[in-house]
Amino acid sequence: MAKIIYKLEDDISTDIIYPGRYMATVLPTETPQYCFDDMADLNKMLNSKEVPAGSIILAGKNFGCGSSREQAASTLKGHNLIIVAKNFARIFLQNSVNLGLQTVSCPDIEANVGDELEILEGKVINKTSGKSFDTLPLQKAQQEIVDAGGLIAYTRKRLLEKA
Amino acid sequence: MKQTLVQKILARASGKQFVSVGEIIEPKVDLAMSHENGALVMNQFQAIYEGTGLELKVWDPNRIAIIFDHRVPAESKKTATNQKKIRNFVNTQGIKKFHDIRGDEMGICHQILPEYGYVRPGYVVVGTDSHTTSHGALGAFAFGIGATEMAAVWTLGSVLNVPVPPTIKVIAEGKFAPFVQPKDLILYLIGKITAEGANFKVLEFHGSAIKSMDTSGRLTISNMSVEAGATSGIVPPDEETLRYLREVAGVKENIDMLSPDEDAEYDSVVNIDVSSIEPQIACPHTVDNVKPVSAVEGVEIQQIVIGSCTNGRLDDLETAANILKGKKVARNTRMLIFPASTRIYQEAMEKGYLSTLLKAGAVIVNPGCGPCLGIHQGALGDGEVALSTTNRNFKGRMGNPNSEVYLCSPAVAAASAITGKITDPRKGA
Repeated sequence: MAKIIYKLEDDISTDIIYPGRYMATVLPTETPQYCFDDMADLNKMLNSKEVPAGSIILAGKNFGCGSSREQAASTLKGHNLIIVAKNFARIFLQNSVNLGLQTVSCPDIEANVGDELEILEGKVINKTSGKSFDTLPLQKAQQEIVDAGGLIAYTRKRLLEKA
Repeated sequence: MKQTLVQKILARASGKQFVSVGEIIEPKVDLAMSHENGALVMNQFQAIYEGTGLELKVWDPNRIAIIFDHRVPAESKKTATNQKKIRNFVNTQGIKKFHDIRGDEMGICHQILPEYGYVRPGYVVVGTDSHTTSHGALGAFAFGIGATEMAAVWTLGSVLNVPVPPTIKVIAEGKFAPFVQPKDLILYLIGKITAEGANFKVLEFHGSAIKSMDTSGRLTISNMSVEAGATSGIVPPDEETLRYLREVAGVKENIDMLSPDEDAEYDSVVNIDVSSIEPQIACPHTVDNVKPVSAVEGVEIQQIVIGSCTNGRLDDLETAANILKGKKVARNTRMLIFPASTRIYQEAMEKGYLSTLLKAGAVIVNPGCGPCLGIHQGALGDGEVALSTTNRNFKGRMGNPNSEVYLCSPAVAAASAITGKITDPRKGA
């Protein structure tokens, strides 16, 4: 069970998640400080260290649209967030799979800040409202990467098989 | 079984006769492109090799391209250090398709790849940049990936776990009205199908308006396909593709002309009559918030930008120079021009476009991504408004969340520079 700490609208771009001016910062260990840097309240909350691991950011459609910058996934992963959205933009979703950021595609989700969500296989239950919503699974191929512990581990295994 | 162009390319790249939509494949990569974010790719590439005892070696140095463009020349010590690390890596690994900060070879990655003939019809092209979709203009299946995924490509030479995408067929017929350009067509399309209308899908462009369009215009359209969420935006290769590759890119080798099967199965079909389109504007803060210019005429503009991988080519600068010849940029408006490559810069200089633009009051910035993503030059002040031929208008895109960006064609940008307000170029500004 996890709590929604913030609610965002549709079409949240990677420029909002991780502004372009920080793109010279590349290491996943260094990106979390700039997460949502142009949204002062959210950035401050995340950097306060008071947000428990596994907290949820709720978003609308097309979350992560725009740039392929992987920092947008690593910065959220660095804060141990779970992103529940109506749907995700392709490159962002793949980057999340590759880096191990947990995403949940839930097209009909109805929830608000403060609500507790229980994320189960195939559905999300809003414990606060009592309503249940179906979720879309990752593609099988994406799930294999997640199960391998991310794309680095997955590729290393393939490299060793080939060598 | 009938196939779309991308199905054909992916079938070939995975050693099959046929691939069906949704099938998971592992296509071989013909070209893998990165820019300054190659620094992160290197980091992830090293992480893959960690503990394997194997020598760190990319799968094929001839199939990797690295182009410095996002922050050239470096704006900070951090960028300069990233660029230095990449330069060392390029030398160690023997990567030849490397474009450093040099006046004789630099430019925006999505301009350099076509200009140097690095992209061919039928290629699978991946790039750590979302606008890698650009290269569909030459009949390649080209798409953006993240840095870790690129590290996997550098390791194995293929893209892992790619689902064959469904394709939307876009048929654009008719002739553009004067001062209406390919940019207006793609903005119109994005407005129509929305920013997620083609998410996980491919846009395949057909029709007389595409047939009669040159490669520069096709690059604009393929480039912005990602703004509708498309994995790729592809134009079936034709005589114009051959002309460009032979005459502009200087390609000597055999060129393989793949085309989609006539009765291939499409996800959907979108028909557009381009003769009925007027100049289009994408209003803040999403690219699909598109309106005809008549709906936003008169909005005051502090910064005009002409350039980028979307609209920084010779014909774009020509359009601007023709409109601004003998005119002046409005007093309270600044105009920044950044050609997409030094070759274009040189040609625009020889043709006198740069001189015309300078005399009008425009500032010519060196080729690169420049003001487009607000990390290097041309940031906006609080409350300022930009009108730009670039590809994104997301909040904060030009370096300031308290500013606004409108997107338009070079003709609209140039006409508006004279008045300092969004202006319809058809009204003879």
